[in-house]
Amino acid sequence: MTTASIDNVLLLAGLLFTIGVAGVMMRKNIFFMLLSVEIMLNAAGLAFIAAGSHWGQPDGQVMFIFILAMAAAEVSIGLSLILQIYHLHKSLDIDNLKEMNG
Amino acid sequence: MTTAWYITAAITLVSTLMVITRHYPVHALLYLNVSLISLALLFYLMGAHFAALLQIIIYAGAIMVLFIFVIMLLNLGQETATQEKRWLKPKVWIGPCLLALILLVQFTYSLSLSKGETYINNVVEPKAVALSLFQSYMIGVQLAALLLMAAVVGAAHIGRHKRTNVHRFLQHKPDES
Repeated sequence: MTTASIDNVLLLAGLLFTIGVAGVMMRKNIFFMLLSVEIMLNAAGLAFIAAGSHWGQPDGQVMFIFILAMAAAEVSIGLSLILQIYHLHKSLDIDNLKEMNG
Repeated sequence: MTTAWYITAAITLVSTLMVITRHYPVHALLYLNVSLISLALLFYLMGAHFAALLQIIIYAGAIMVLFIFVIMLLNLGQETATQEKRWLKPKVWIGPCLLALILLVQFTYSLSLSKGETYINNVVEPKAVALSLFQSYMIGVQLAALLLMAAVVGAAHIGRHKRTNVHRFLQHKPDES
């Protein structure tokens, strides 16, 4: 089953990752930033799957499973933080968090 | 099969672009769901059948439900959309997009240096994945389990509301003690 060359798959992963980076940088709403981080994780998973399929080894899919577990943990923590931020500030604007002085 | 791959890749790119340009959170979430499902189809076409199933079940099923619940809880609707429309001006996003574009050009250039076209045509069976996962990556599985449990405990702790005591003698004031 011939699909596409490894260069094209990596190019697609790079494009997706760039869209995610741009999304994180241009949005001020923390909800959309979390969505963009998900896009970046997906791009990394795509690169892993492509490499594993290219070499015919299962390690790529194993790494994808680990990325999946990590994404689930990150989303649960991030969403509970978003809930707390909204209850404190009644807004999801990250500029309101300046008072944390981090 | 190659045509199907390119069509799905185009769908993925377009829907992902729509995610970061929408004003409504629900619209962005729906486009992200389309992007995830088309990525699952890409995984299937590249011979990673098990990963495609996991992508649909966990990403498009479970994680999206978490996002939808947060949108419901916070009531993100028209108000957020007008706010986003006010924030998303070309003056804001032109700089980050240019910088990200420069990074993409560098990446494309380094890809163009690779020699020869090698095509992906290997199907990795779920059996091989399971054997590799539970033999050589056993410690990784245990660490992932630890991470998930820490995430559950952390989410339960962070998401807890402070309970206010109604009785004045029960109120805890640290500055008086």
